[in-house]
Formats: sequence, structure tokens, C-alpha cells
Amino acid sequence: MSTDLTYTSHLTATSSHGRVRTRSAVKGEWTKLRSVRSTAWTLLTLAVLTLGVAAIAGVAVSGSWTTMSTVERLSFDPTALSLRGMLFGQLVVGVLGILVMSAEYTTGTIRSTLMAVSSRTKVMFAKIAVMTVLGLVVSEVLSFGAFWLGQALLRSPAPHASLSQPGVLRAVAGGGLVLMVLGLVALGLATILRNTAGAITAYVGILLVLPIIVQALPSSISQPVTKYLPFHISDAMTSVTHVLGNSPSLSPWVGFAVLCGYAAAALGVGTWLFIRRDA
Amino acid sequence: MIVTTRVDQTFIHHRRRVTLAAGHEGDRMIEVRGITKRYKDTTAVSDLSFDVHEGVVTGFLGPNGSGKSTTMRMIMGLDAPDEGTATIDGVAYHGLGLPLREVGALLEARAIHPGRSAFQHLWFMAQTNDIPRSRVSEVLEMVGLREVAQRRVGKFSLGMGQRLGIAAALLGDPPTLLFDEPINGLDPEGILWVRNLLKGLALEGRTVFVSSHLMSEMALTADQLVVIGRGRLISAGSVSDFIAESSGQFVRVRSPQGDGLAALLVQRGAHVVRESDGSFSVSGLDAPAIGTIAGEAGLHLHELSPQMASLEEAFMELTRDSVEYRGHDVAGASGVDARTTPLTETRK
Ligand SMILES: Nc1ncnc2c1ncn2[C@@H]1O[C@H](COP(=O)(O)OP(=O)(O)O)[C@@H](O)[C@H]1O
Ligand SMILES: [Mg+2]
Repeated sequence: MSTDLTYTSHLTATSSHGRVRTRSAVKGEWTKLRSVRSTAWTLLTLAVLTLGVAAIAGVAVSGSWTTMSTVERLSFDPTALSLRGMLFGQLVVGVLGILVMSAEYTTGTIRSTLMAVSSRTKVMFAKIAVMTVLGLVVSEVLSFGAFWLGQALLRSPAPHASLSQPGVLRAVAGGGLVLMVLGLVALGLATILRNTAGAITAYVGILLVLPIIVQALPSSISQPVTKYLPFHISDAMTSVTHVLGNSPSLSPWVGFAVLCGYAAAALGVGTWLFIRRDA
Repeated sequence: MIVTTRVDQTFIHHRRRVTLAAGHEGDRMIEVRGITKRYKDTTAVSDLSFDVHEGVVTGFLGPNGSGKSTTMRMIMGLDAPDEGTATIDGVAYHGLGLPLREVGALLEARAIHPGRSAFQHLWFMAQTNDIPRSRVSEVLEMVGLREVAQRRVGKFSLGMGQRLGIAAALLGDPPTLLFDEPINGLDPEGILWVRNLLKGLALEGRTVFVSSHLMSEMALTADQLVVIGRGRLISAGSVSDFIAESSGQFVRVRSPQGDGLAALLVQRGAHVVRESDGSFSVSGLDAPAIGTIAGEAGLHLHELSPQMASLEEAFMELTRDSVEYRGHDVAGASGVDARTTPLTETRK
């Protein structure tokens, strides 16, 4: 390389005195997300679990329908059966939401990100936008896919559900929405904790361990609390004929609003810290 | 591999002149004013102020742990100073419109995901600042990473990672550039390349600020120096002034009646240091004066040679009190200091 090499380009000539546009920040986030293998792996795992569990559940119930008790048959909810894999999906979507932020810190990419987009609110907004859109598309596709696959593999005489029956469309579309919002909860947790292992622990703790702890408490305490747990909100949303033990549930959309509140709180606290902390 | 055309160059100069006319003290520069940064139990940077001007390479010199990286992170808006301000052409980092087009930086700590390809790393940064895709290929070509652009960064050597960091700094063709220890991990060829790069960027009229803990490296690349120790400013000015002020010259004297001569020279206002090899380093009097004094007193001289301290020695001398960890001191003879660093290496 010669010493008279120059480093300029035509770029300067077109340089505007503009700002980083939100659209550009979102594009950059999308490039980041799709250019690491972990994204493809997480999405593949998500698909395999949600669709796989729907298929297995469908086949298993078909085979055992004749031996099921009357009570079991009466409370049978074919929609909820096909959406059973969504619970595993919730764990995986959490990993995706967590990595969107924690990978930035574990790899140091956050410094490149913040040097390129100095407004941290804008960085946060772009991450939320990408996670919302990707989460929504993937969750809905998988939710409807799981429903369709599960029903297709369900053999008569076991009853089938169709989207035109009351509550079924809500359960299927709502199951996808819950999945998406939980991805945002995870993103918020990761922004607060800035650490993959810590965020996954917190997320799994809230999703799976908290219900066990609450259940172990005296019913005077557990009764009023249980319905606010994400696990139960999700269950209420994905069931058409809801009969989960004897604890009262929030109605599906009220529960969903509460879940959105959790996401907003996690993202709000996360953003607040993100703006204030050193990178 | 020359990527520019004459037209572009002309434009740059034209733009500089416009900036100049806009009158920000007639100079595009980095201004650091009284910045202080405290971590839990350490004060990394303490009331530090300096300027970095355009068109020259300004070296940022200090021993390890003296606060160079912290200062650079504060200029780049990554860490918030507890006190003080750092601005680029009068604007704090978070106030820059399209930051990559204003400042580019290679930081010390890794800032690259090992699972992403070199191209994708630069491309996501480019997108955020509306930089065309062609520019990504252009900078990859400049740093010699074109062939491995699609390879995952985790497979890169230390030197290749460093080159990618430099490509990221150049991405937005910024008039201001910061490099934190850029030669770390580079082979001799790479080091030479970085030196030429820094000088070339300054020649193009850019503001170039480069840190190192090696004085010898700064002597080769920098025109101006900002020297810090323990987070405090020690000296700022041209490299040549720095050498002249901080080291000066001294005379090596060897005599069988050394102690007697030393006492005599001290009486005449000289500063005398006893070296571990038995010789004396004398400053404040030149060689003819010392010879005359010795002759008048009837003392023998076995050596009387004017010396110039090396840059590295000048630097060590200057930061001696600010180095956090160093070797034990040797107590000196009465009236005469003993040097911890024997001044054996000399420069003509
Ligand atoms: N994030 C941090 N947390 C705590 N201490 C830090 C942090 N960054 C730097 N320091 C401390 O601040 C001082 C200056 O460090 P640094 O800026 O890296 O120095 P240099 O780059 O000159 O080697 C050191 O004592 C270092 O341990
Ligand atoms: Mg450093």
C-alpha cells in the first residue's frame, strides 16, 4: 500500500446535516438480528417446539380418546391442545428477546451500536420495533400453524375445533400475541440485567418458577395472585373452555393487557437504565 | 487502491474552509474541558483538559491505567463524565447528527460480535448513518479485508480484528478520528501500515487522536502530544518541545574522585545523579564547565561525555510519580540522588 493512499470517498459530498433517522436505526437493528446464527437457530427451535408439540399432542389424543374418562372428554379443549407447545415457545422467544440486547454487551457490539446511533432512546426504540414485528409475524404464523397441524392430526371421534367456533380465533391469534409480548418482556429484562445468563434465569423464574412458588403459598395468598402470573394469563388466552383448577382467571383480554403492562414496565425500567448507564 | 478522485479532495478542502469561516475558533478540534470520571474505588480521570487540533496527529500518551481509554470513551459518548465536557467541533457526541460521518473511533475493547461477518458488522453501522453499501466494500478494501469480508469475525486474528475496527472508524469518512492503541496485536507490516494511515489521515486535514503507552511509537507518528499520568494532565504540546523540556541534556562524568567532584558541582548549582555503574549524570552545567571545575580542583576525569536522554526515558521521568506500579526505589547517597532507571541507553 502506498503512502499517498487517501481515505476519502464521494461520501462527504453527499453528507447531510441530518440526524439518524428512526427508519435507518431500525434497518441497522434488523441487519444485526439476521446476521447472527443464533437468530436462525432460535427461530428453528421455536418452530420445532410449537409445531412438534401440537403434532404429538394431536396424535396422542387421537390414540387414547377411546380410553379417556367422561370427565376428560367433557373438558376436552382441542384448541388448547394444539397450542400446548406455545408454552415451550414462550421460553424460546424469551431467549431471542434476551439475545437482542445481552449479546450486545457480551460481545461489546453495544459500543459500535452507540457510536453509530448516539441517541439511546432511538436504539431502544429500534430494538423494540424489530422485536415486535419479527415476534408478531413469527408468533402468529406458528400459532396458526400449530392449530392447523394439531387439528389435522386429531382423529375422530375426538372433537375438532374450527376458527369459526366462538373463542377459537381469539385463542389462536391471542396465543401468538402472548408469545410476542413475552419476547418484549425478555428484551426488557435483558436491558436491565445486561447479561445473558442472568436474564434467562430471571425470565424462566418469572415464567415457570414463580407459579410453583405461588402455588406452595397458603391459598389466601395464592388465590388472588395466581391470575396475574404470565403463565396463567397465557393459559387463559389459549383456552376456549377454561377450566384450570379452581383458581379464578382474568378474562383473556384483561390478562393480555396486564401482560402488556409487564412488558411496558420491563422496557421502561430497562430504557431508563440504558440511557443513564455507561456502555 | 486509490479510492478517491481529485474532485473529492477539492470538495473536502472546500468544506473545511466553510467550517473555518463558520468560525469555530478557526479549527476543527476535540476539546476536553475538566473531565473527571470516577469508578467505584478509583478516579480514572481527574480534571483533565486539552485540545486536539486538525491536520496533525496528536498522540495521547500515558502508562497503562492512566485513563486514556476512559477519556476516549467519554469523548465518544459511551461513558458519561462525572464532571466536565468533551466536544467535537463544539458539539458533544450525543448532539452529533450522523455521528459516524463526524467522528470515527477504534476503541481498545472489542466492539464486534464474533458470529457476524466483517461485512455485516460494517453494514449495520453504515445503514444507521445512511452510508451507501459501496462504502462498506471500499473500507474493507482499504484495510485489506476484502477477501475475508464474508467470514465470521470470530475466526479473525487479533490483527485482522484490529483492521476491521479501523475500517469501522473510516466508514463514515469522518473528519475526526480516534484510535485507542491501534498497533496492539499487529505484525510489523501492520504497524507500519497504521503509522502511514495516521499520517495520511492528518495530511488530508483530519483531526487524528491516537493513544499509546509507548513513547517510542508516539515519537514516530505524532506531531503533538497529550501526556497523562493517573488521570491527570502532565504535559501538552509538540513532540519536540516535550523532549526538550522533559529530558534536556546531561553530561556523564566518571572520576576516581567522584564524590568530591559531585559535591563541588552541586555547590556550583548543578544537579548530580549517581548511576548504578559508578558514573555521575550531571545537568545544569555543560561539559566544558565541568572540565574546568575539575581541572581547577586538580581532580582526574576518566569520562566527560554530553548525553541526550531517549524519548522513552523522558516519558518515564515525567510519569515517574504517576505510574501506579513500579520497581522499588534505591536510596541515594547524601546530597546526590540515585536513579531508579540507569541512563544507559542514549541517543545522539
Ligand atoms: N469500567 C470500569 N470500572 C472500573 N474501573 C475502571 C473502568 N474502566 C477503567 N477503570 C480504571 O480506570 C483506570 C484507567 O483505566 P484506562 O482508562 O483503561 O487506562 P489506560 O487506557 O490509560 O490504560 C484504571 O485504574 C482502570 O482500572
Ligand atoms: Mg487503554
